Amino acid sequence: MAYDSFNVLKSSAVPLPIENVDTDQIIPARFLKATERKGFGDNLFRDWRYDKNDAPKADFVLNNPTYSGKILVGGKNFGSGSSREHAAWAIYDYGFRCVVSSFFADIFRGNAINVGVLPVQVSPEFLHQIFTAIEADPKAELEVSLPEQTITIVATGASEKFAINGYKKNNLLNGFDDIDYLQAMKSEISTFAENR
Amino acid sequence: MSNSPTTLFDKVWDSHVVRKIADGPDVFFIDRHFIHEVTSPVAFLGLETRGIGVLFPERTFATADHNTPTINQHLPVEDPLSANQLLQLEKNTAKYGISHWGLGNPKNGIVHVVGPENGITLPGMTIVCGDSHTSTHGAFGAIAFGIGTSEVEMVLSSQCIMQPKPKKMRINVNGELGKGVTPKDVALYIISKLTTSGATGYFVEYAGDVFEKMSMEGRMTVCNLSIEMGARGGMIAPDQTTFDYIEGRELAPKGADWDKQLAYWKTLKTDAGATFDEEITFLASDIEPMITYGTNPGMGMGISKQIPNADEVEGGVATYEKSLEYMGFAQNDSMIGKKVDYVFIGSCTNGRIEDFRAFASIVKGRKKADHVTAWVVPGSHIVEAQIREEGIYDILTEAGFALRQPGCSACLAMNDDKIPAGKYAVSTSNRNFEGRQGPGSRTLLASPLVAAAAAITGVVTDPREFL
Ligand code: SF4
Repeated sequence: MAYDSFNVLKSSAVPLPIENVDTDQIIPARFLKATERKGFGDNLFRDWRYDKNDAPKADFVLNNPTYSGKILVGGKNFGSGSSREHAAWAIYDYGFRCVVSSFFADIFRGNAINVGVLPVQVSPEFLHQIFTAIEADPKAELEVSLPEQTITIVATGASEKFAINGYKKNNLLNGFDDIDYLQAMKSEISTFAENR
Repeated sequence: MSNSPTTLFDKVWDSHVVRKIADGPDVFFIDRHFIHEVTSPVAFLGLETRGIGVLFPERTFATADHNTPTINQHLPVEDPLSANQLLQLEKNTAKYGISHWGLGNPKNGIVHVVGPENGITLPGMTIVCGDSHTSTHGAFGAIAFGIGTSEVEMVLSSQCIMQPKPKKMRINVNGELGKGVTPKDVALYIISKLTTSGATGYFVEYAGDVFEKMSMEGRMTVCNLSIEMGARGGMIAPDQTTFDYIEGRELAPKGADWDKQLAYWKTLKTDAGATFDEEITFLASDIEPMITYGTNPGMGMGISKQIPNADEVEGGVATYEKSLEYMGFAQNDSMIGKKVDYVFIGSCTNGRIEDFRAFASIVKGRKKADHVTAWVVPGSHIVEAQIREEGIYDILTEAGFALRQPGCSACLAMNDDKIPAGKYAVSTSNRNFEGRQGPGSRTLLASPLVAAAAAITGVVTDPREFL
């Protein structure tokens, strides 16, 4: 599934300082019934965002007009639980291109990259600095540079490096995906299968 | 194979690497691929958009489970969205020549129950499925883990995914388990110690007396829950217990092929002296029947204990308080005696024959509490048939329980089996996340024995009272 390539993203951010945000919260199972990848953003954080009568809950951050932006900043162990890629689709479809946390669950991290959402893992201290900066100014901008592998709090200039392997980085920079890569090596794979 | 001591995990992983990419993931060959109705449709759509096909259709197996009703399966599925997902699965598998065990097929059931019981899951294999509890299959000494839909598309089109090799952890549990302590309790205990992120980035091998003596059903329960501590998966070296379980299963190797494979399977163990990035050892005697009190599987405790304080729990005070508020509990509460509204026995964690035997051992000759709604859901038709054959069905009926038809059911509540908001459910499934079993539902994860005791008394009860 094609996604937009990623280079440098400068944006304000939406803070979600909760730990262990699991993919059942990001997109509850009852919204997984589609057979096409469309409209998942409407149900992002559905049960935190809307009450049982589908009215927006005023105290949830996505319903607070003070906060906006293409970067979601979450607490430690973001994306745990179910392997549903729908969670990453919902985040992308809502308009986020980057999620920042001090720790990501494995499958979520992989899914995010595969659909064009950059997971940026920072130190707990830096995460704290980001939350503090947003608290001081909800419009505070972050700059995420994929080529440099850095994330910077624009107001303070504080910056940190983040890790990503060279192959995935190249994919994201160019909007390529793994399927393109694997298609090109099909005969090598068939030979491997025969010799097993 | 090199001569230096090697782990089971390395043996299986390394023999499946098609290509190593410098500063990138391995191109990793997949022997078996399971698909179901929820995470596959977009992958098939992707094949179509790109104009590419399925490389090895005989290596993929499809079952319908996540969305399916657990009553009246012979009737058309009412929910139009669910019905459409089932229809798409049927069409897509027919189009590409993939085996499909849909509703009504005698092999139908939860994907992680039907793979092993039909002899498709074998030692030394690499197995993936668009479902995080694929780790279940590791019980056979396979490398098995959950993948996302993009990866489902990769496996369909190329039989490979791109995976960085995880780090290795060994978890040993030694000694003798006490009365009423089941594989589910062992797993919940480990998760409560490691936390839900404690094994992230690792692939776990379980070793030690407790796992060596454990049945295949029990090993599947433990490996199933590996993902709940963040691990990519968990595995247990195959042994005679494993071989006995597989032999004679419908799609298992036969004759000369069996002998050849068996010889290979016997090489699948961690050599003495092989090293792990992390090794942890627990004592079986420290484990008692477990129950969870919070909103992630790491928030579990021995059933006789009290809810720990925030500072003893990973995740920060805010997360802890939010969790207890959601559950309607307070710190230092005892769980014993808390009212239970629903009991769910089933899921790929505890939906196998041994689980229903355990459940029946307590409910036999007793009656279900009037105010408790119980959903008893076998993991597959084969399990259901066994329940009837072994007389468990009669025990259940006499005690006031109705048997439903196989599927994921209240484990993720995509069908009608939803726990109502605010209600408490003792559940043998694997996740107690907010709303997992229906919006506002409150889940207490536990073993089939704890579930049975709760169903009888209507409150959280130590099952050892009944044993
Ligand atoms: S029973 Fe639950 S955990 Fe298992 S496959 Fe079904 S939904 Fe997933």
